Parts: sequence; C-alpha cells; structure tokens
Amino acid sequence: MNTLTIALSKGRILTETMPLLTGAGIELCDDPDSSRKLILETRDALVKVVIIRATDVPTYVQYGAADMGVAGKDVLMEHGGEGLYEVLDLKLAPCRLMVAGKKGDRRRNKRLTVASKYANITRDYFTARGIKAEIIKLYGSMELAPLVGLSDLIVDLVDTGNTLKANGLEPQELIADITSRLIVNKAAMKMKHAQIQQLIDRLAGAVNRN
Amino acid sequence: MSKNPWLLPDGIDELLPEDARRLESMHRRLVDLFDVWGYDLVIPPMIEFLESLLSGAGSDLDLKTFKLVDQLTGRTMGVRADMTPQVARIDAHHLRHDAPTRLCYLGPVLHTRADELAGTRSPYQVGAELYGHAGSHSDAEVLCLMIEALRAVGVQDLFIDLGHVGIYRGLAERARLDVEQEAILFELLQRKALPEIVEYLESLDITETDRDQLAGLATLNGDSDVLQRARVLLKNAGDSVTRALDGVEQVAAVVNQRLPEISLHYDLAELRGYHYQTGMVFAAFVPGYGQEIARGGRYDDIGRIFGRPRPATGFSADLRSVIACSRIALQPRHAILAPAVEDTQIYQCIDALRAKGERVIIELPGQAGNVIEMGCDRRLRQLAGKWAVTPLEDNEIFGELKINE
Repeated sequence: MNTLTIALSKGRILTETMPLLTGAGIELCDDPDSSRKLILETRDALVKVVIIRATDVPTYVQYGAADMGVAGKDVLMEHGGEGLYEVLDLKLAPCRLMVAGKKGDRRRNKRLTVASKYANITRDYFTARGIKAEIIKLYGSMELAPLVGLSDLIVDLVDTGNTLKANGLEPQELIADITSRLIVNKAAMKMKHAQIQQLIDRLAGAVNRN
Repeated sequence: MSKNPWLLPDGIDELLPEDARRLESMHRRLVDLFDVWGYDLVIPPMIEFLESLLSGAGSDLDLKTFKLVDQLTGRTMGVRADMTPQVARIDAHHLRHDAPTRLCYLGPVLHTRADELAGTRSPYQVGAELYGHAGSHSDAEVLCLMIEALRAVGVQDLFIDLGHVGIYRGLAERARLDVEQEAILFELLQRKALPEIVEYLESLDITETDRDQLAGLATLNGDSDVLQRARVLLKNAGDSVTRALDGVEQVAAVVNQRLPEISLHYDLAELRGYHYQTGMVFAAFVPGYGQEIARGGRYDDIGRIFGRPRPATGFSADLRSVIACSRIALQPRHAILAPAVEDTQIYQCIDALRAKGERVIIELPGQAGNVIEMGCDRRLRQLAGKWAVTPLEDNEIFGELKINE
C-alpha cells in the first residue's frame, strides 16, 4: 500500500470537509484548529493531511506534492485545472461567483475596468461577451473599488449579498455556481488507483448521506 | 548593459559539467539501445519553414513555436518545438521505403511557453517512430521500446497507462455530436468531472444508450478489469469501438508477456494528443513525479501533407525530466596529473595512458590550484628514471602545512 497525502485549506473548507472525511473513515489525530503543524497525521498511518492556502491547493495537487485535495470551483477555474481530475462535487460551501456593480447602474461600456482576485476568470468572461476588460487584481475588500472609482465593476464570490448591499452594490450577472470539489493528481490516480478510487467511493457515499 | 549579464531567460538553462556528463552518458545508452532494436538515428534541423514544421499538428504546437522571418526568402520559419513532424517528413519525403521504417532522434527543442511541471522552455526531446505498419504489433513494439529506454537510463517502478482515442471518437460519432459538443465533452472527460459530464449529456439530444456509454467512459479507468467492464458497457457501440478495445487488449497481452513486472493501468477516457493521435495512446508514470514522463501512440497519415500518408506509431520524452527520475549514479571521475616537463618519454607515457582511456591532465607552468582542485587522484612521477603513475601523498590529500610562506 502507498501513502496518501490530502491537501486541505484552513477555514470553511476544513471544517466542512472533516465530517465527510470522518464519514469516509479518515480521522485526524490532532485538532487542526489548535495544532500549528502543517502536516497532520490521521488514525490511518498511510494517510496524511497537509494544511495550505486555498489558492495553493490545485498547485500542490497538480505537481503531485499532494495526491488529492479539496478546492472551491472558483479556485479551480482561476487555476485552469491542468493536470488534475475533478472527480467529485462535495456540494460544500455553496455560493455564487458574480459580477457586481453599483446599484441600479447596468451600463456596460465596450471598455470596462473590473476589480477582482480572479483575473483569469474575469478576462475570459468579459472577452466571451465582446468586452475588453481592464483587470485590476486585488486581494480583498473588492467592494471598495467601485466606491472610490478604482473600477466600474467587481467579480467576487457572493454568499448572502449583505456586504454588497451595505456598500451600495448589487449582484448583476452570474458567472458560475460554486461548490467545493475533490481533485486528484493525474499520476496518482493511475499509480494509486485502488486506494484513491476506494476513498472517492466512500466520500461519494458520505456526500449522498449529507 | 543589464545589471545581471549572466542571467538566462525564464525556462532556459545550461548544463554544467556534472549534469552535461550525465546527459551525454544517458544519450549514448539510448542511441545504443535504439540501434540494437533497428532504429536509425536521424538529426532533423533546428529551424525550418513553419508550414512543414506544423504539418498535421494542432494549434497547440503553433503557439509553442518560436517564429522568425527568413531573410533570404521572406518566408516564416519556426524553431522546432517538436521533432515528431520533422521525422515524419523525413520518412514521407526522403526515405520513401515500402518496408516498415524505424527512426529515432534526440535533441533540444524550444517552446515559447514553459511546460507546466518541468518549467523548462528547452526540453531535450528523445523519441522513436515506426512507420509503415498499422496494427497492434507495431504499437506493442514501440511501447516495449519506450519501457526499455526508460529502464536503460535508470528509471524504475514504471506504471504504464493505456488508452485508445478511437473509443471516444467512435462514441461521439455514433451520438452525432457536432464539433463544439465533442470539444466540450472532451474537455470535461479530461478532468473526469463526472457531475458536469452527466449534466452536460442530459442537455444533449442523444439516445439513452449513447448517454450511458459516454458517461460510463469517464469511469473506465483502473486495473485489467476495465477491459471486461468496457466490453459489457460498450457492447453495441459499433465496430470501430470494438476494434479499439481489441487493440488495447492485444497490446496489453504483449506487454504482460514480454515485461510481466510492469504495472499496467487502463484509462479509456484519457485522450492525450487527441487532435493528432488516431489509435492507441500510452504514457509512463513513476512514483514521486506528478506527471507522465514519456508518452506515445498511433498517429496514422501524418505524412499526407508530404505526399505519402503512412501508418505511424511512436513515443517521445524529455530526457532532462527522465534523468531527474533516474536512479543511476555516475561513476566517480578518476584523473592523473602529469608535471609540466618537456621530455619525450613522458609524452609517450601520457599517450599510452590516454589510449587506455585514462584521463590525464598536464599541469601548466605557474598555474594556480593544487592536485585535488584539478580533480586528480593520482600523479605521474619519475621513479628510478621511469615515469610511473603513483598515488597521492598524504599531505596532498589532507592539505599541506604552509611553512614556506
């Protein structure tokens, strides 16, 4: 049997994925919230969990530094998903990736400035609609950009929409529905097939029970 | 002048003596192996007219190719990004044998964009091609040669992934998918995004059987039971699909018989090189490396643009990433330091040593650096009037006490 490394990110993905993993027979030895370790042991000596930044999960799995991982569909779309299999929709952390702008202002110039941390998705989305979008890459507090004249629109994840509302913005166009996906490194899928397929089947069972 | 004149462009690197020696030694092993298998070495040009370079290849290769304008003709030339079309041109235009032609090649290629994992824009491509035979025997030969080549350069614990693009092509054809639908489904299959595949198939106006078979394709991966499952699932999928499955089975049987220790894996939805491959596709994986290290398959009719369509099958790999997975350690270097004296006898002695394959370095008058820094482990000394190879003295090995200074 081989060792299996699973990449997860701290926060919502970790707290929501753990019950599924437990349902699939994988239990952590340490409490991830109190532990400062980045590599966590599980009760199964062959299975390890690494804790990394959400946007790094596809990279770790693509390079084979982790065999599998859990990443939001938004992160995968932005990354491009090269070298990965997206084998399972875990149906966790559902939200929507949207274009948002000032309330009541639906004008679309042929040239737009859009602030987002999803530079690739934003460029592809507007290009497909015949609009040349100037992208301003930001790392947080997107909602501020239209208010201070930094951009015309923003592209961001929308959960309840309360932050947008509080800042005089509104969601305007749906780009994609987002949930967390189980991703697998292509080489690992071939070389550790039996082990990984078994875990996928168990997780699929746990998702259906959810 | 730039601040860092030594800096190379992204993804371009050079091999220093240790790595260059390693590459050259692997290079030699491979040429020797190809030779005893009957594959003739060809050396295609670094640069040629773009249209022949891109013949039969998809737009991927076009984007990967560096271009420049020929000052003599005004035509666009490309720096080779893949040697396979060049070798196909050599077979179709220059050799024109009727008997099967076996060719091999090794050399650097240049890519405009770095390959995802290796990060290099100048891979060192190695490969072998077999023209003039359509059927599982030539596929199996090339696959076995790929395995032997990887082993010859010290890559062990190989996993071989087998597939066949004819299965998806056959199913897509029977379901009458148009070009765009086929491309969307192809992209979803590459990600094995099962939920999205099912959802997309639901949106298409195709029969229940077509839907089940196309969705089932995404699950047809794993050990040898895949073929049995495929026979059941794709029972009525048509002749071309059945023939494709027969092909996979025959090649697998040859590998199992000739190389029983190799782990075979099947993935009938793996469509690498779908746009130019026409039959069997295969790839090699090793533990600890997240991507395939060698790949190949059938690409019939590639020679059509050169006036001679021929069946073709072959494999290729980037020698540098292969070497990174190699377990062969090079022999440590041995060398003899000869003093700087002008004497007929010492020259005769040095020539004799060199003829035996010894590395002899002649000291230069007034040079810097000691015997160890020169990489030598023995010295040529005069003993009782004759020149002889002698071991180093202790003080030469452990350093001298610098009393004289």
